[in-house]
Amino acid sequence: MPETAELAERFEATLAADQRIEPRDWMPEGYRTTLIRQIAQHAHSEVIGMQPEGNWISRAPSLKRKAILVAKVQDEAGHGLYLYSAAETLGVSRAELTDLLHDGQQKYSSIFNYPTLTWADVGAIGWLVDGAAITNQIPLCRCSYGPYARAMVRVCKEESFHQRQGYEILYTLSHGSSRQKAMAQDALDRWYWPSLMMFGPPDAESTHSARSMAWRIKRLSNDELRQRFVDMIVPQAEALGLTLPDPQLTWNAERGHYDHGPIDWEEFTRVLRGHGPCNAARMEHKRRAHAEGAWVRDAAVAYAAKRSVEAVSVA
Amino acid sequence: MSAVATYTLRLGDDALVAAQRLAGWISRAPELEEDLALANIALDLLGQARSLLTYAGSFDGRSEDDLAYLRDEREFCNVQFVELPNGDFGMTIARMLFFSAYQYLLYDRLSGSADPTLAAVAARAVKEVAYHRDHAVQWTLRLGDGTDESHVRMQAALEACWPYTAELFESDALTREVAAAGVGVDPGTFSPQWASFVDGILKEATLTVPVLPARVTGGRRGIHTEHMGYLLAEMQYLRRSYPEDTEW
Repeated sequence: MPETAELAERFEATLAADQRIEPRDWMPEGYRTTLIRQIAQHAHSEVIGMQPEGNWISRAPSLKRKAILVAKVQDEAGHGLYLYSAAETLGVSRAELTDLLHDGQQKYSSIFNYPTLTWADVGAIGWLVDGAAITNQIPLCRCSYGPYARAMVRVCKEESFHQRQGYEILYTLSHGSSRQKAMAQDALDRWYWPSLMMFGPPDAESTHSARSMAWRIKRLSNDELRQRFVDMIVPQAEALGLTLPDPQLTWNAERGHYDHGPIDWEEFTRVLRGHGPCNAARMEHKRRAHAEGAWVRDAAVAYAAKRSVEAVSVA
Repeated sequence: MSAVATYTLRLGDDALVAAQRLAGWISRAPELEEDLALANIALDLLGQARSLLTYAGSFDGRSEDDLAYLRDEREFCNVQFVELPNGDFGMTIARMLFFSAYQYLLYDRLSGSADPTLAAVAARAVKEVAYHRDHAVQWTLRLGDGTDESHVRMQAALEACWPYTAELFESDALTREVAAAGVGVDPGTFSPQWASFVDGILKEATLTVPVLPARVTGGRRGIHTEHMGYLLAEMQYLRRSYPEDTEW
């Protein structure tokens, strides 16, 4: 049995060589808990994210849009499953993580605490929220933890399709009637700033970033990712014929990037602490569905137990 | 409308309304795997509805969306069975068991239709419905033979749905006409196979086949339950709020 120091050295060498840490490899406890926290939060975000978009399935304006939206929300459930499975490779169960979410000890992305008020919000979520998620997740495909990196490869492929469908909804609306275009602009006005907040606090104030960068869980800083996102969406908004609600947004030729106006971090903190428009409703919905499904899960367990007893007695 | 168009519309409305109901489970299922499964089944049903409504509308120049969004309640000709509220998971499973067993037998026969469009839609749909039926059977067994509570709930669910199932097998002049022409199926002809399949599953699940009189219905003639108006109000409201806008 090698000494801890030797194992730690091997771990650092793996990171330095830009290779992957796999579930059976030795890893520092902090690395494990950081990954569990991050992967669980990501999984919870996929699952809670089903609610704001699911809110429009019954009212989608065409059968084709309804089918696409059902498929998309179904993908989110699938992403939740891969991610919970990735977290399980670190020695924690999905049921434990679900309890931590329900008890408020683990979080999900704050963006889902905003309401989807019109059909255009479904487009705005696809374009901006999924777009921000992809910007965050592409570097995670090279994350040092193998199961998480591999899950991200698949998730990113599907998210990229989601982003295109969101953009296409907004494109159709913004090139439609004046009422449809107004609906699209209103959705953009409401989702733009929260989507910039999705990258987390500015680098100087980010609590977990430095350690995660050293462990190669995180590859780019919050501000770098936010900049990439802004640079991507400015020309896309122009193609839509919509206006990003930031009067200070300007091209900075010296930096080769767009400068944006100040983000309201006070609002971010309030939503993060549970005081957003939908925090209570999202958790209530989730807890209620879980509680109402308890008798079904119990029945499945009891039925499986009866079958295994029968199998033993037959053998 | 021609007999074939009306017959196709009946099947399309059944699938559309069933899909609309089932999609209501997404984010509310007992397990994440079931969110996926129910969404998948809803998506299959929606796909069947789109093919059938597109075909039904082709006879008089209406699109699938014209038919789904711009008809009033009395013009929908789905069976009442599919429009009932979801209820608990047991109620949804009971309905899916009865409905998928019905659809399986129907599409299996319809895949031999003399109408090539109906035959093609049915041939694809029967493969999907085989999975829906298997899903419902597996859950009927688990809930029927799981815990005391699940057994009681599942039995209650069967009894709540049962009186509406007779409508699935009603024959009328239209079904007889399309059956005689070899393009449609008269559902009364396969009700014995349905009953025998359902009996077998319920027995294996330690449940009792309900002995209850059939409810007076009329969905095929546009007579619906009071639930239907709300279902359509929700499904159609956006499209009807923007009557000038057809592109979404």
